[in-house]
Amino acid sequence: MSKGVRTAELVEKGLKRRYRAEWMFQAYGIAAVSLGIIFVLFLFYSVISKGYTSFAQTYVQLEIQYDEQIIDPEGARDIETLRMADYMSLVRTSLKDMFPQVEGRANLRKLYELVSSNAPFRLQNRVMDDPALLGTTQKVWVLAGDEVDQFMKGQITADEEESTRPLNDQQLAWIGVLEQRGVIEKRFNTEFFTNGDSREPEQAGVAGAAMGSFFTLIVTLLLSFPIGVASAVYLEEFAPRNRWTDLIEVNINNLAAVPSIVFGLLGLAVFINFFGLPRSAPLVGGLVLTLMTLPTIIIASRASLKAVPPSIREAALGMGASQIQMVAHHVLPLAMPGMLTGTIIGMARALGESAPLLMIGMVAFIVDVPQAITDPSTALPVQIYLWADSPERAFVERTSGAIMVLLLFLLLMNGLAVILRNRFERRW
Amino acid sequence: MSTSTLILILLLLAAAAYRFGRKRSFAVVGGPRAQRKLHSLPAYYGLLTALWCGLPALVLVGLWQLSHDTVISHLVIENLPQQVGTLSESERSLLFNDVHNVVLGNVAVEQVTPAAAAAAAEYQRLDGIAQAALAVVALSFALIGGLFVWRRISPVLRARNRVEGIIEALLLGCSTVAIFTTIGIVLSVLFEAMRFFHSVPIHEFIFGTQWSPQTAIRADQVGSSGSFGAVPLFTGTLMISGIAMMVAVPVGLFSAIYLAEYAHPRFRSTAKPFLEVLAGIPTVVYGFFAALTMGPLLRNFGESIGLDVASESALAAGLVMGIMIIPFVSSLADDMITAVPQAMRDGSYALGGTHSETIRKVVLPAALPGIVGGVLLAISRAIGETMIVVMAAGLSANLTANPLEAVTTVTVQIVTLLVGDQEFDSPKTLAAFALGLMLFLVTLALNVLALHIVRKYREQYE
Repeated sequence: MSKGVRTAELVEKGLKRRYRAEWMFQAYGIAAVSLGIIFVLFLFYSVISKGYTSFAQTYVQLEIQYDEQIIDPEGARDIETLRMADYMSLVRTSLKDMFPQVEGRANLRKLYELVSSNAPFRLQNRVMDDPALLGTTQKVWVLAGDEVDQFMKGQITADEEESTRPLNDQQLAWIGVLEQRGVIEKRFNTEFFTNGDSREPEQAGVAGAAMGSFFTLIVTLLLSFPIGVASAVYLEEFAPRNRWTDLIEVNINNLAAVPSIVFGLLGLAVFINFFGLPRSAPLVGGLVLTLMTLPTIIIASRASLKAVPPSIREAALGMGASQIQMVAHHVLPLAMPGMLTGTIIGMARALGESAPLLMIGMVAFIVDVPQAITDPSTALPVQIYLWADSPERAFVERTSGAIMVLLLFLLLMNGLAVILRNRFERRW
Repeated sequence: MSTSTLILILLLLAAAAYRFGRKRSFAVVGGPRAQRKLHSLPAYYGLLTALWCGLPALVLVGLWQLSHDTVISHLVIENLPQQVGTLSESERSLLFNDVHNVVLGNVAVEQVTPAAAAAAAEYQRLDGIAQAALAVVALSFALIGGLFVWRRISPVLRARNRVEGIIEALLLGCSTVAIFTTIGIVLSVLFEAMRFFHSVPIHEFIFGTQWSPQTAIRADQVGSSGSFGAVPLFTGTLMISGIAMMVAVPVGLFSAIYLAEYAHPRFRSTAKPFLEVLAGIPTVVYGFFAALTMGPLLRNFGESIGLDVASESALAAGLVMGIMIIPFVSSLADDMITAVPQAMRDGSYALGGTHSETIRKVVLPAALPGIVGGVLLAISRAIGETMIVVMAAGLSANLTANPLEAVTTVTVQIVTLLVGDQEFDSPKTLAAFALGLMLFLVTLALNVLALHIVRKYREQYE
């Protein structure tokens, strides 16, 4: 009797401490979960807060006098003359007219920096489209220089020390005048989605990289989906249980965990050096990413084949179907939604992958938007990497903008996978 | 004839073969009404004819596409004037670079040396002959194959079984891609690594403490030989991965425990996908985050408490890598914890254990092997991670134990050695493959071990 009382007392004595430990333990758990969630939010906040400004761009309105004396003094109007004309001087004259009091080479150069270096090409295009412009005076909106753009977006402020600020006080004053006259404004940045890469931040866009990613993914999808489904079908439905198939299985599981950069080394040594395929091409990128995503697709496809109940197979075989007919007519259609889901998830991972693409030379500086799978190109994540390395401050917002585009694509793909799973996947 | 037209013609031929085969199967039994006399459905006769017609020819075209450059280059070398034979290896590769550029139209003929121009002309001549020959051979393959089967079609031909045999062989072929990939990886890194170990002894590579792969252009420059001691890279990799695991393991494990054991199902079903978002974000985004947000943040914080933090510190890269790995650890640990049978928990409650005591003393020990396996997989992830460290860790190889300094890793060095122009016989580029070999072996060992542990554990309760 007295012993029992003692035990109860002991338990009683320790109870407070144990409850406190219980409480602490739970608190650790909550802290860990909230830490994870905070990381997610912080990551998104830091990308979006840096990047949302890249969807707007500053333009300056210039009053351009299409001077016949400069463009086409002979009045021949032939295309070569129009192409080779000195449009730069038109831009400069127009700027000088706006600020007639500016003198001296250094000051003038500062003044010219207000507009982007592609303004003359704008004018060239206009004149070549419509030679009737010659001799007239037109108001033309051209891209502002990247530093002006940064100032307009508040990334460069007047409070900064003049010596470290990319724009000097005089330039700020000019911008102020432009603002007063209402000839400088921010607009939606369509060029960001239509241009290729550029050394000038204000002209750089993601179209080239997005096309490169698109071609790469097409190659990956066309190769990895059939091969992945075929291997899954073989391993799940046909393969005899023996050493050979065990070896294949162990191989697939291991490949799923091999670092992606090793696949890049493989691509470099085999596809480029041995087979002599072109460097920097989406074709090679697609091949490498195929090898990388195959394990993901095979594993997902096998899981969805496994989920098809054996009774379906037995019923088909019982009706006299051959093994191949049973698989092709009954098992595959039922397993297809799961396989597609797995493939989309694999594609999403391939879209975000950059390390193997660095190895096969898809990091070149490429201005043109690629048109075929053998054209040199980059991919979206590699473009992000390249821009993140650029010293100009304006590239920070471009990088974040490109990240937002990439994340949007990933979101769409994963969303599609979720919808596919919820709508079509049957559970038995 | 260009390759794409050839392939198109072959596909059309195969489609025609399908129709002819199918028609023939009706003809041999005397019309569609007598279809029952055939061994297989008519479509199988068509399919068999199409496969025999298209498959060998397409395989031939594919093989030639892969090898034509090597073969023709070889022929050009043999046919060219004698002086080409006496060129050194590097001169010859230079010449062939020119030849390729001319052939692809990147460079005009006038811009290269006469020897290269002649070689290019020879190359184009041979390539033209080969293309024509290929077209003839492939088309005759297709016709002969198709005709062969077409003539043999009879009511007793077991067309379905033959077609299924071919399909099954194709399926088997696809499933061996995984094996060929592994072989390809091993061979490609092994060969180049062997060449590297010819010029740099393997013990110097593994135990040396000096890493400066920049070989000098002139022989009399300082450090002309370059030194390839990889120890600083290994320690750098270990340090960054270690920091990452210090973040990922506690956070991942505790969130898994909380979500699996304590959380309300509704909270769990929202919080879990939220954490898994972290796994879906591309690594280049983490790299950007580490370099532009975490790095400056840590440096400013260090300044404010009087510490000297490098802007490319191991700490920044490690922390961000840890964040990336959290969902990896947490979802694996979650699986393992939920796999522990409820009966074990009930037993502990019945003895008066609190919830946390049950978790610590019953659930976790039972789930431990699985969790260890998951952590090993996570370590192999961290070691092989590239973009974060390329963007946020340093380039110079420091042998240091201070996480506030910049260190470099194996993957960073592979990238810096191989990106940009490269010659394939300098130890500098070959070193990248030696590092790749080390990386592959270490991660392979970790994966095999982890998969073994996880599988063994899963079997216990299932």
